[in-house]
Amino acid sequence: MTGATRNRGRFKTYLGYAAGVGKTYQMLEEGQQLKAKGADVVIGYFEPHGRRDTIARCQGLETVPRRRVVYRGAEFEEMDTPAILRRNPETCLVDELAHTNVPGSERAKRWEDVVVLLDAGINVVATMNVQHLESLNDQVLQITGVRVRETLPDWVLKQADEVVMVDLPPAALLNRLARGAVYAPDKAERALGNFFKESNLVALREIALRQTAHEVDLRQPEAVDEPGRAGVTEAAPGAGARAERILVHITSSPNTAMLLRRARRVADYLHADCLAVHIADTGKGMRPAAAESDALDEHLNFARRLHIETRVLEGEDAARTLVNFARSRNVSQIYMARPRYSLAERTAGNFIHRVVRLAGDMQVILVAEHRPR
Amino acid sequence: MASNPDGRPDPERLLRQLEFEERRLRRAPLKVFLGYASGVGKSFRMLDEGRRRKERGEDVVIGAVQQKLSAKVAELVSRFEVVPPVRSGQGYAMDVPAIALRRPKVCLVDELAHRNPPGCENEHRWQDVEQLLTAGIAVITAVNLNHIEELRDTVEQITGKQVSETVPKAFLMRAEEIAVVDAPPDEILERLGARSEGDRLVAERRLSELREMALLLAAEAVDLQLQSYIEAHAASHPIGAQERIMVCITPRSNARVMIESGRRNAQRFRGELIVVYVRQPFVPAADQAMLESNLALAREAGARVEVLEPGDPVEAILEFANENAVTQIFVGHSLRRNWRTRLFGGPIDRLIRRAEGIDVRIFPH
Repeated sequence: MTGATRNRGRFKTYLGYAAGVGKTYQMLEEGQQLKAKGADVVIGYFEPHGRRDTIARCQGLETVPRRRVVYRGAEFEEMDTPAILRRNPETCLVDELAHTNVPGSERAKRWEDVVVLLDAGINVVATMNVQHLESLNDQVLQITGVRVRETLPDWVLKQADEVVMVDLPPAALLNRLARGAVYAPDKAERALGNFFKESNLVALREIALRQTAHEVDLRQPEAVDEPGRAGVTEAAPGAGARAERILVHITSSPNTAMLLRRARRVADYLHADCLAVHIADTGKGMRPAAAESDALDEHLNFARRLHIETRVLEGEDAARTLVNFARSRNVSQIYMARPRYSLAERTAGNFIHRVVRLAGDMQVILVAEHRPR
Repeated sequence: MASNPDGRPDPERLLRQLEFEERRLRRAPLKVFLGYASGVGKSFRMLDEGRRRKERGEDVVIGAVQQKLSAKVAELVSRFEVVPPVRSGQGYAMDVPAIALRRPKVCLVDELAHRNPPGCENEHRWQDVEQLLTAGIAVITAVNLNHIEELRDTVEQITGKQVSETVPKAFLMRAEEIAVVDAPPDEILERLGARSEGDRLVAERRLSELREMALLLAAEAVDLQLQSYIEAHAASHPIGAQERIMVCITPRSNARVMIESGRRNAQRFRGELIVVYVRQPFVPAADQAMLESNLALAREAGARVEVLEPGDPVEAILEFANENAVTQIFVGHSLRRNWRTRLFGGPIDRLIRRAEGIDVRIFPH
């Protein structure tokens, strides 16, 4: 860094599709190269998993000791963010961005610690797997049957200055796993039976390749005027193409989280704004049950965590209130969860009828829950 | 085990399964390291994999390396037995007979797109590789995106440079494994040396476009693997690892808007656009003409157009969607009379109810 004031640190992450593809190795390799060029590099957190090759790549790199945290009588080790800030290196290596810190830590997620480091002007080189991306959570469940619990909001990845794919064909990964190069034998056997099925790995790999292509596309430098050269990528929506804006209808129904994830993903790809609204139905003249309003708060908070602007409106005619709000905000697409068609949800079905009818030329999208195959 | 609902084996599926296994057995496996520019580190990755296999006891030789080597790569090369190339006039070529005679388990072949000099048995190195594979020798090779025949024009538009040595895309798609060698453009530019700020910006943008193309090409190859793997092994529906948008049109639907929206979505997601029409009996001539022009519009938008056989349209659409791993269905619905039964007692209602894991997007008309 030059000058007296430090800017925000540079953020780079290696993206993989499973444990064992070589993300951590690449991160350490980059640390070694930076150090060889004279940069001041430390390891903030690194998960050895007992892998020899990886551990060997740490040789000569300074590690900031982890912080010990006692929780319910057991001892855990977490990244020591205050110690790294005191040490104030030029670059810090941080493994597994989506990691959830043990309860009682200052911040809930490791990526939040990374944001603190970046704000302090420290460059961060990190790792993550594509299945930890929040907006892919339901798709990953559908493909693998596994509900990934540790997630990372998509906007965190969007803030990375650089995303690099670490690719390894599944056959090679399965080989590594069988040789015990990824996990200890007992864990490897369990892994082979579950997440590490070849079809899962092939599908996750395709998703990771496509996600990286998308990240590259987002970071495409502005086109420079070059005479005689035709552009191959589509220009930004200009005249003619109407800017898309997506509105999500938030309710207390459990499938709202899935709905928000899906709408967020589509909005990111369409370069659309995304907002969400809950309509408190005053027509019924009843206060919602406590459990219902807790669920609602949770969904509103979840939307905000995904950087979706939220609003709560009141109205006697919920469908009309929703559509009027959509129109006032120039919304082009309304996202709603598919009703479950039980007798109790019949009113939800009626609600959707009315929205579709009132929406005019706005598109209405009904999102169904993804279930494991 | 592949079987029909009645428990008997499905002969077609069995056949596909056998073909899949056989293809794995017939030829030795091919692995390709795909890069998007020189300097990305393909050769190093190829040699590094050779080194690791050698350390594990496999018999690995080098069949072809580049003439100019960096110190790091030269050091790796020195660890291997190299089967010397044959010279012919000004050029040189890989010595296929000598390698076949030597019979290693694995042969490392750099510069897959290399064109052999006149007088060689094969014009292209990739044909030499084909011979090695047929002879039962596994090949690990490296190639740059700009050498893929089908992408040549697009790449030339980006780089402004003509490429004469190419490899057919189908050869790449047949590889057992493709690994992308990814690196940020600025690192490559750093390796290539200093330039002015303006040149640097132009170069960065070009590299960035090529990088995206390479990632998507690899995704396409992986998707083929995924589909053939699923066809061969699983009785269940294929997995939607990419977005597939299915636009269902009728003579009456607002097809222009639906297709345009589908095209934009597919383009943004780098996914596939499919336009389907469920054949209907007794279509009035005016409607038929409208339909034809809509289908032409779909083809213009780059869609794959499918006509589904008549019967229950909802069933036909859902069956097609499930078999093709569709992620979004676009349907039109009429706002005119009878909207309630049309939408919610009617077919669209059934479609919404039964579209598991698929978004249903409703377009008014």
